[in-house]
Amino acid sequence: MNVLDIKDLSIALPAGAERERAASSVSFSVGKGEILCLVGESGSGKSVIAQSVMGLLPKSLPVAAGTISLLDEDITQAKEARLRQLRTTRMSMVFQEPMTALNPVMTCGGQIDEVLRFHTDFPADKRKKRILEVIAETALPDPERMVASYPHQLSGGQRQRIMIAMALVLDPALLIADEPTTALDVTTQAQILNLILELQKRHGTGVLFITHDFGVVAQIAHRVAVLRLGELVEIGERDEVLKRPRHEYTKMLINSVPGLKPVARAPRPDTPVVLQTRGLAKTYAERGWFGARRVVRAAEDVTLEVRRGQTLGIVGESGSGKSTVARCIVRLVDPTSGEVRIGGTEIATMGAAELRPLRRKVQIVFQDPYRSLNPRRTVGEAITEGPLNYGVPRPEALERARKLLELVRMDASALSRFPHQFSGGQRQRICIARALAMEPELLVADEAVSALDVSVQAQVLDLLEEIRTRLDLAMLFITHDLRVAAQVCDQVAVMSKGRVVEYGPAEAIFLRPQHAYTRALFEAAPGRGFAFGST
Amino acid sequence: MDAPDARQYAALSIEAAAVVRTQSVWERVRASWSVRLGGSALVFLVLLALAAPWLGTVDPTLFDAGSRDLRPGAQGEITTLEGETVKHSFIMGSDSLGRDIYSRVLYGTRVSLIVGISTALLALAFGIVCGLASGYLRWLDGILMRVMDGIMAIPAILIAIALVAMWRGSLLTVVVAIAIPEIPRVTRLVRSLVLSIREEPYVEAAVSLGTPTVKIMFAHILPNCIAPLLVQGTFICALGILVEAILSFLGVGLPPDIPTWGNVMAEGRIHFNEYPHNIFFPGVFLAVTVLAVNILGDGLRDTLDPKMAKKV
Amino acid sequence: MLNFLARRVAATIPVMLVVAVLVFLITRLTPGDPAAILAGDAASTEQIARIRANLGLDQPIVVQFGIWFGNALTGDLGESFYYKAKVVALIGHRLEPTLSLAALTIAIAVLAAVPLGVLAAWRFGGWFDRALMGFSVLGFSVPVFVLAYILIWVIALKLGLLPVQGYQRIADGVLPWLYHLILPSITLSVIYIALIARVTRASVLEALGEDYIRTARAKGLPEARVLVGHALANAAVPIATVIGIGIALLIGGVVVTESVYAIPGLGRLTVDAVLARDFPTIQGVILFFSFVYVLINLLVDLSYVFFDPRIRY
Repeated sequence: MNVLDIKDLSIALPAGAERERAASSVSFSVGKGEILCLVGESGSGKSVIAQSVMGLLPKSLPVAAGTISLLDEDITQAKEARLRQLRTTRMSMVFQEPMTALNPVMTCGGQIDEVLRFHTDFPADKRKKRILEVIAETALPDPERMVASYPHQLSGGQRQRIMIAMALVLDPALLIADEPTTALDVTTQAQILNLILELQKRHGTGVLFITHDFGVVAQIAHRVAVLRLGELVEIGERDEVLKRPRHEYTKMLINSVPGLKPVARAPRPDTPVVLQTRGLAKTYAERGWFGARRVVRAAEDVTLEVRRGQTLGIVGESGSGKSTVARCIVRLVDPTSGEVRIGGTEIATMGAAELRPLRRKVQIVFQDPYRSLNPRRTVGEAITEGPLNYGVPRPEALERARKLLELVRMDASALSRFPHQFSGGQRQRICIARALAMEPELLVADEAVSALDVSVQAQVLDLLEEIRTRLDLAMLFITHDLRVAAQVCDQVAVMSKGRVVEYGPAEAIFLRPQHAYTRALFEAAPGRGFAFGST
Repeated sequence: MDAPDARQYAALSIEAAAVVRTQSVWERVRASWSVRLGGSALVFLVLLALAAPWLGTVDPTLFDAGSRDLRPGAQGEITTLEGETVKHSFIMGSDSLGRDIYSRVLYGTRVSLIVGISTALLALAFGIVCGLASGYLRWLDGILMRVMDGIMAIPAILIAIALVAMWRGSLLTVVVAIAIPEIPRVTRLVRSLVLSIREEPYVEAAVSLGTPTVKIMFAHILPNCIAPLLVQGTFICALGILVEAILSFLGVGLPPDIPTWGNVMAEGRIHFNEYPHNIFFPGVFLAVTVLAVNILGDGLRDTLDPKMAKKV
Repeated sequence: MLNFLARRVAATIPVMLVVAVLVFLITRLTPGDPAAILAGDAASTEQIARIRANLGLDQPIVVQFGIWFGNALTGDLGESFYYKAKVVALIGHRLEPTLSLAALTIAIAVLAAVPLGVLAAWRFGGWFDRALMGFSVLGFSVPVFVLAYILIWVIALKLGLLPVQGYQRIADGVLPWLYHLILPSITLSVIYIALIARVTRASVLEALGEDYIRTARAKGLPEARVLVGHALANAAVPIATVIGIGIALLIGGVVVTESVYAIPGLGRLTVDAVLARDFPTIQGVILFFSFVYVLINLLVDLSYVFFDPRIRY
């Protein structure tokens, strides 16, 4: 008997949506003690399918056809009362955002206790014991303290462990994990993945693991199912699908996954230095009336260099200070101390007026393509804004905009359209065009591809590479994704807690990391040893 | 494994399947039934106000001792300015001085609409200036917000009553008195919009593109403020109409010779149990007008600014 | 947490200062000479001068403010021109009716509005939701006094169930006190209910859209538990906030309601004082109302500590 059997499942979308079905005739099953990874890009319907199993879909997304069977019980049309009985007792779900998935005004212990109170008739002391047991199982230190704390007092990784504890407290047969590690740092992600693997092995739980990250799939899957726009395009054993994909789409996806081995690049040590920082630091101080002053050293003693035609990558987890450094360099934020030299000119302490003519030399592309363009201005207005600021006559600015759109592989008709008419990847290309309109010497990409799907990401990285070679730009590439860094960077600086812990050529850092933190970072990268797409 | 080429990439990529939504904001606005209902009711009232002289009314200040306290629908006489006595049908009855309620109510529409719209415009104008200043000039922010907090700490009606009493009622003083307590709310709104929009990546992009601050304010920030300000403006208009009526009703509003709904009701208070028509007809008009503006505001808010709609 | 409390308490001081300045300025904005107005048309110049000296109106305005505010801090709000009595005494005497009216109104409003709002949010888009929103818009649109007259007409005059006007002190018996207060409280509570129900609905709706609600449902909890224990618990802060802010509406409404129902409270005092241009009383009453409003909002802010553990730690 399988834990979960899905046959020909079709879920309808409301009228006016991009397509008729969120899922079309999807069939797969999850066996006892097996981990099935459901992989797909955004809009593939993977989350919708997961939520339909739990019966959590809103009425606007009804199951149009097919069956869902949990331990051989058909629950497709089950009543709400029955579904409620089954949740956490036979099937449980863990969600993506640990920061918001827990009720902020209830203690963690209280939230786990709710599960026991409403599904069992355990007396209070037995419940307390069970809660402490399950928290200890998730390797959280000091379970007593965890029970009494509120979610905001815990880190992302700790909250996710509480979520897992809550999901497994009644030992369900099926665990559905919807991108549970996507919002976590690389090192935390590794810990949570290991935890899930361990618990799964110990309890023999069947796991339906949703993800878009092939590294994760390589690390934990037994079997893999690939979804595209609501359709199941390929399903099979992990090694089969990842090394010998059959469907065109799967092949393209696997091919888009950047490898962890740095791409060989011709070194060019003689080009002029475009960016140089020395001892760059940024501290934030907060004063309170009672209690100590809170001082946050976002960046400390950062010394870097980027030459023309080179890409320097700054790699680190959240809170490492990499974004702060980028913003200091672009002068969106004023550095507390240290030097920033653009082409030899010191800009860290310049006033606004002096700075203006120099701003054009450094341009930035941000992470969120949906917030990087003013929704009320056309693409043309966005791209020409910069040149117009510096006195370029309008016809010339428009001509430049047209050429740039061509460069980023978009149609010139985009000039008169509005951002909401474009997808995330296209918007990011518009943002790149906007940055290039200033003819900068240094292009800063602050997690510029992190919010994009794998296939779109591959295209944008490809584009950035082409631009860098064609225009002989210097690039500063901020990212938390090691694979992306391996593909794109000549030199790499690894940051942790505001400091640069290791700095050197990409090849050296990736293949022979020296610092303990760098080593830990690489160790944690999911699917590390896996050779995608090779036989 | 053979890799697909760039063209195949593009075709297979999910971006190729993305469909583009083209309904613009203004289309959504026009489609909302709230906007249509409130909007058309308002247009009707404006037309009513403009056409008052030709809708069977007489000069609202005219009175006739012989036509006092007539019931609605009664026939009677009224003395015109030239001294003539003409027959007149008192559709809504007459007040204790013999004035035609119907005429007073219709002409009162003008006053109410003028007061409402002027109050809204005045409060918005000052609020926008203060809000922008507060959002951009750190040093001014502290002081200005304290002052605004202080104004908001005094219940609006009390400020309005006190000001009108001090300045003697006239259209200008009433509008200013009602607008002043509303300025802080607009200021707060604009200030919070400025502060939040400034954090948006597209504004940061504008900064790094070398756009001067003033241009950022006008090209990026203000256009994104229009929707919430429009919504706020309609609500202030509704409030203005209400407060003016309350002030007049309490006797501290416009002078009694100007026909306003509040004044008519103030006159009719004393003999309410016998002659309720003095209160009901202006009351109905008042309620319907304010309702129309509020419904319009609700509709605008739901379509223009869904985020604000969640926050009431 | 101490930080939060200290900051909130400290923030009220500059606000009250600004309020005091504003209240003082409002009554000094009269065109013309206040002393002359008080003295009347038939007064001689010596009489006017005497009045001016008496009231300290010949001093520079900053000094006048200082004297007035200094006195206010010690509980002396001056003497009323019109009533020839101490303002503080006047306020004290009129406090009970207003307090009774306000307390009863708040109780009715909160007890009615919060459940209505929660229900509307739960059945978002359904008939109840639309009915509530419709009622709420009506509540904002029909002015308090018009509603008062409608209720008086139907319930007091036609049905004779409740008295048309008047007020009975509690000391004379709780039942008559209640009997006279029911109609005014219901009238006044309508707008308050409209406001609170709206905000409750909006906050609960917002909470229902959050991730932790999905988690709660995924845990198989009964819907009632999800609504109250999870959604409402998180909506408590904005609801408490609007109850505090709505007091301003309440105060405005009190002024009108007392006028219509002939309740001898602070609202009536305000209107009478304004009509008589009795500056000390106007200043005193507005200052008092504002102070109460600021205090209530401070208490609401401090109550956040109970609702939101993120503030506690």
